[in-house]
Amino acid sequence: MSSPHEMAPRATMMQTVVGPDERLALLTAMIRVRRIEERIAKEYPRGQMRCPVHLSIGQEAAAVGACAVLRRHDKITSTHRCHAHYLAKGGDLQAMIAELHGRASGCCGGRGGSMHLFDDDAGVVASVPIVGGNVPLGVGLALAAKQRRDGSVAAVFFGDGALEEGVVHESANLAATLRLPVVFVLENNLYSVYTRLEQRQPPRSMSRFADAHGMPAMEIDGNDVLSVRGAMLHAVTRARRGDGPSLLVAHTYRQLEHCGPADDDHLGYRPAGELSRWAARCPIQRLCNEMLEHDEIDESALDTIEATIAREIDEAFVAALAAPFPAAHTIAEAIHA
Amino acid sequence: MPELARAEGARITSAADAIREATELAMAQDECVFVMGEGVTDPKGVFGTTLGLRERFGEDRVLEMPVAENGWTGAAIGAALAGQRPILVHQRVEFTLLAMEQLVNNAAKMHYVSGGKHRVPITIRLIVGRGWGQGPAHSQSLEALFAHVPGLKVVMPACARDAKGLLLGAVADDGPVVIIEHRWVHYAQGEIDPGWAPLPLQGPRKLTSGDDVTVVATSYMTLECQQAVAALADAGVGVELFDLRVLRPLGVEAIVQSVRKTGRLLTVDTGHASYGIGAEVIARTVAGAFDDLRAAPQRIGLPEHPTPSSAALSQHYYPRSPQVAARIAELVGLPAGTRDAIVARLAHSREDQPLDIPHPSFKGPF
Ligand SMILES: Cc1ncc(C[n+]2csc(CCOP(=O)(O)OP(=O)(O)O)c2C)c(N)n1
Ligand SMILES: [Mg+2]
Repeated sequence: MSSPHEMAPRATMMQTVVGPDERLALLTAMIRVRRIEERIAKEYPRGQMRCPVHLSIGQEAAAVGACAVLRRHDKITSTHRCHAHYLAKGGDLQAMIAELHGRASGCCGGRGGSMHLFDDDAGVVASVPIVGGNVPLGVGLALAAKQRRDGSVAAVFFGDGALEEGVVHESANLAATLRLPVVFVLENNLYSVYTRLEQRQPPRSMSRFADAHGMPAMEIDGNDVLSVRGAMLHAVTRARRGDGPSLLVAHTYRQLEHCGPADDDHLGYRPAGELSRWAARCPIQRLCNEMLEHDEIDESALDTIEATIAREIDEAFVAALAAPFPAAHTIAEAIHA
Repeated sequence: MPELARAEGARITSAADAIREATELAMAQDECVFVMGEGVTDPKGVFGTTLGLRERFGEDRVLEMPVAENGWTGAAIGAALAGQRPILVHQRVEFTLLAMEQLVNNAAKMHYVSGGKHRVPITIRLIVGRGWGQGPAHSQSLEALFAHVPGLKVVMPACARDAKGLLLGAVADDGPVVIIEHRWVHYAQGEIDPGWAPLPLQGPRKLTSGDDVTVVATSYMTLECQQAVAALADAGVGVELFDLRVLRPLGVEAIVQSVRKTGRLLTVDTGHASYGIGAEVIARTVAGAFDDLRAAPQRIGLPEHPTPSSAALSQHYYPRSPQVAARIAELVGLPAGTRDAIVARLAHSREDQPLDIPHPSFKGPF
């Protein structure tokens, strides 16, 4: 491998025993996220979704594995690349697709677009598009959980680029000092827009930031949903026990362009062969093959899963396109509480 | 328009190209000039404005930055204190908000606090997003925040010539200069002066002459105003249109002179109207032309709420040439029928085009 960042120097095997039912649920959840993102990519050129979209294709395992151990009343915050987190945590699909279409039935009533997804019922409290901006918000959710003793934990999703923002380190320091029930989930996909990690950070392990802030870290293969789930279970258990925050570093890869529906390998900012190497490490294929080998699933069961998901996606797009746009007179509503 | 007479050797280009050319000239002229920012070396080169610079000037002078705005802004200030002349680039105004601390507390104050001994010759380029559902945190035109701070200079180019000339003027300036580029102005085609042609960071530019009303616009709204002014001219309304260009230091002498003649003033901002640039222009102009006013000055700007993403809402958010024309018509007391015809004509000229992408007619040349 070309990059010192690409190999996790302290990669931990965090797979714990996961029964067939849960493996099936993880697989189904990842396929669902993938198919939704693929449908967005396919429909996007029609010009009905008139907002920037940052797709998560290739990164499904981090979102699904982490959210698998969260309960509904646990809370998350996310970034510009929030679709997978929102869906994995149980965010409403129809409200998401409608939001991308700028409709009144969208989760933000059309006001936010794809970078501001939230669903309070599912514990997706906020997605914000300013890099690093969601991290202290998650720490605040954990602070409230602790003060209100509601037993919930918070998870904060962010990228390798966000790790460069001062506010992320301020947040980690604060969370550790106050022993807050929060898990920092860092998805290292090697890029910030078109800029590779080596151009932005020295070669060193990202998990050592946890040491600096006095919290444990687990560095994992972010394309192995079982590893993500195992590490997250560990971190969430600690948080629930009152032992404070943890950092998860999940190494993964974004397969499509930073923003938009297209493949962008022709731009030349990725080293030759890198994309195909990572595509071959597809998190979905990986679990699926394992389950096929162990006869935990067969082709007809997969067909049923695909058909169910396809129907759900069809319905969401039909509903979004049929939904009204927000009425002009509502534009100035809800400025103050 | 004598002010825009073709100069010897002038050529036509987009404002984005003009910015790229100015940066290249500034770097070639002075080895202390360097460029830093997120994406300045990537394949898109900040909407084309930094393309090719690294190939020509090398990695020491075209620096890719981590996503750490306050950190690298402070570092730029440090480098400037040591004699360098950095050009900082932010792809959106909102990302600069993270660097406000360094900008406001250090860059703007070093010269004053040191009694003029310390200089911070930095140029900060930031870009206002608009359209395609950019939404609440990628489309803010926050020039008033920067213009509020003594010690900063703030400019907003509305044409290719200013995009080049004001950038060269900013780099040549010995203090911190904030250049706010509207994303849609990047597309504006126009003449630029050849070679090293810095423009002084001073004063508005008069674009049209007229006796009936004075209009002062900033940045992209200048282009909308030009359409409105042209339509009103057909109805015999004489508008004196100024492109404000330099927000701080603000020079209003020419505007005061104009209002003494016309007795009427309208300001048209790219930012929010409240506490905005127009408010400052009006306050100063009223002080200078009070006795000659024939109507209360008016302002147009963004409404009192964030930018909604949905095109269904954002089309009602941004004022365009029909709204500008309607206000001018009311100010000069044009008959309602004439006014409505002009407004309808301007609105009709946009009907075939979606409003959330730049209108082709605004690509100039201007
Ligand atoms: C403060 C700030 N600076 C810059 C940007 C522009 N920007 C948008 S997404 C992005 C990439 C961030 O990379 P990372 O955190 O790794 O997330 P990824 O896109 O890889 O998921 C950048 C720099 C921003 N939104 N906010
Ligand atoms: Mg990244």
